[in-house]
Amino acid sequence: MTAVPVPHRVVARRPETADTVTLCLEPVGAALPDFAPGQFAMVHSFGRGEIPVSASSVQATGGLAHTIRSVGAVSDGLCATRVGDVVGLRGPYGNTWELERAHGADVLVVAGGIGLAPLRPLILTALDGRKAYGRVNVLIGARTPDDLIVRKEIESWPTTFTGVTVDQPADGWRGDVGVVTQLLGRARFAPDNTWAFVCGPEPMIRAAARELAEHGVPRDRVRVSLERNMRCATGHCGHCQFGPLLLCQVGPVVDWAHAEPLLSVREL
Amino acid sequence: MTATAAPAVLDRDGLNALVAALVAQGRTVVGPTVRDGAIVLAELASADELPFGWGVELDAGRYRLVSREDGAAFAHSSGPQSWKSYLHPSRERLWSADRTPAGDIRFTPHEPDPPSYAFLGVRPCDLRAIAIQDRVLTGGRYEDTGYGKRRAGAFLIVAECTEPGATCFCVSTGGGPAADPGYDLALTEVVDEDGHRFLVRVGSEEGAKLLERLPHRTADPATEATARTAVDTARDRMGRALPPVDLRALMGASLDAERWNDVASRCLTCGNCTMVCPTCFCTTTEEVTDLTGDHTERWQRWDSCFDLDFSHLHGGPVRSSGRSRYRQWLTHKLSTWHDQFDTTGCVGCGRCIVWCPAGIDITEEVTALDAELTGSAADADHAAFRTEPD
Ligand SMILES: Cc1cc2nc3c(=O)[nH]c(=O)nc-3n(C[C@H](O)[C@H](O)[C@H](O)COP(=O)(O)OP(=O)(O)OC[C@H]3O[C@@H](n4cnc5c(N)ncnc54)[C@H](O)[C@@H]3O)c2cc1C
Ligand code: SF4
Ligand code: SF4
Repeated sequence: MTAVPVPHRVVARRPETADTVTLCLEPVGAALPDFAPGQFAMVHSFGRGEIPVSASSVQATGGLAHTIRSVGAVSDGLCATRVGDVVGLRGPYGNTWELERAHGADVLVVAGGIGLAPLRPLILTALDGRKAYGRVNVLIGARTPDDLIVRKEIESWPTTFTGVTVDQPADGWRGDVGVVTQLLGRARFAPDNTWAFVCGPEPMIRAAARELAEHGVPRDRVRVSLERNMRCATGHCGHCQFGPLLLCQVGPVVDWAHAEPLLSVREL
Repeated sequence: MTATAAPAVLDRDGLNALVAALVAQGRTVVGPTVRDGAIVLAELASADELPFGWGVELDAGRYRLVSREDGAAFAHSSGPQSWKSYLHPSRERLWSADRTPAGDIRFTPHEPDPPSYAFLGVRPCDLRAIAIQDRVLTGGRYEDTGYGKRRAGAFLIVAECTEPGATCFCVSTGGGPAADPGYDLALTEVVDEDGHRFLVRVGSEEGAKLLERLPHRTADPATEATARTAVDTARDRMGRALPPVDLRALMGASLDAERWNDVASRCLTCGNCTMVCPTCFCTTTEEVTDLTGDHTERWQRWDSCFDLDFSHLHGGPVRSSGRSRYRQWLTHKLSTWHDQFDTTGCVGCGRCIVWCPAGIDITEEVTALDAELTGSAADADHAAFRTEPD
């Protein structure tokens, strides 16, 4: 590893759920190169450590932001920052969703929980360049209504179809209940001319990608974003190995055609 | 290669002069020496510290020094360390950060000027291992600049093998006891009735310059022939071998093998094999803060895929069983390393066999996997590793 983090100031902080916040960041001095949807940064919490976090907004979609779920030492530290605080950022790392390959085709986004974070800049980009794409569908699943991130914003997206479903409804929830894949029936897309973009917990990714394939979406047009331990993001620490893939270099976004056989091996 | 590439001969005084000249250049000369009942790598002040008259007896889980009558300095095979201890050290500070009174954070890279190393007695397998780590750490999109700097300044003197160990199998990994290109000087030790001497081949401009300043003579045909024969016959005296099959295909087809359970019942997941392996490169990072809380440092240290935390994700490790961790190690070495770095991850040095407390032998495990696969009806269902990344 070589790169040193670049100081970024928290210019806005938006609580999303009980354990998740979005931090909008601006460089204190020199800026990093622009991020593309799907890429991630190594984000440093002073005295705690550094973790990989996807960009939930990129420079081209209104400024760099990260949406972080507090699950341990480093993510706790980052979620606890206040406006004005400084964090360190290295990046951009990893490949992108390659949304541009979907020009002229229908777009189908499937997100589970915080998996919506890395998909948000893709959705915003697709909606911004709406004419370049066919129909745009966004299917979102969460455990409970309280686990939905960017909830207000979702309603404002001018998609062809937006579906939101939860596993466990709460009082006052009038939306769908059940797994995210059951929304597929209502999405409007031509399977043989569709690009799908999927992120969420691994079981959800498998289920969604399999169903998409069953619906007739070509497996190499189903792009899934995977998570593995990453210490360096520069291809040197060895932690993100996933069979033949060094995920920080050739991922985190992988075609389902490549991911499926690997995900079918236990404990790979 | 240079015009002065004709082989030369150094005698023992010449070898002393070689070390003295490197020391005089301000280099940190590192080579094998006897310490604590093993041949270790250490900084040498003179060639006298080389393990003259020592050989080794090796087997799975076993290492013994044995004295040799011929007084040879390089008639031993790999010891517990490899050159990665110097080029890719076990602990390294990457950067530090300080909180300023205004609440900002200043990051400072740690980029010391490394010692300029001269490695004396690099085995051909270890030369290949260095080339492999070069690819991993400096050949990709990002460069490990610390490694890159240490490596660029290092002067490499190979000692070809004439005395392979019982755990050596470099030939079956595509190498051999003769040095590949990449060295500055290559020595082949000859001890016979005509005396104790070293055939020297030049591999770089810098090697040629150094040789010119040493007391040497042009190689005589007899010394050349003796040296060549010794290296050639060493090829045929490997203690072990990997089965002569397509190892990538074997690993890819063996992901569900029974043998992983067998080896997992013996493996302690201690990680020794990864620590001694000259190509294993994995690291982790740690944050170290001082008492003020305003200064923090980022340290990198060797890590092992046998460690449970290695594959940690929120929710638990990806590879919790010993079976999956041994499989990760072996399939990476022999199969997925090719996908990631376009080369094998094993040079056949045998260290992992010798230093495994359970005596697990990589060649035996691969042979067993091959037997299991050949024995089972060739089941074409396991093509996971044959898929290529984009
Ligand atoms: C490409 C990628 C994108 C990600 N995007 C997001 C995102 O947008 N939002 C979000 O909330 N989370 C994201 N994650 C997951 C996030 O990195 C982990 O939740 C985080 O590393 C947990 O660290 P911790 O110290 O808070 O927790 P702990 O579980 O206590 O972790 C302990 C240590 O293990 C390491 N660790 C744990 N999980 C991971 C991991 N997945 N990768 C690397 N190291 C890990 C950390 O370095 C940490 O110091 C992403 C992960 C990857 C690989
Ligand atoms: S194979 Fe041997 S050295 Fe390697 S982890 Fe297992 S017990 Fe330790
Ligand atoms: S795997 Fe074993 S034999 Fe191969 S290079 Fe590593 S330590 Fe040497």
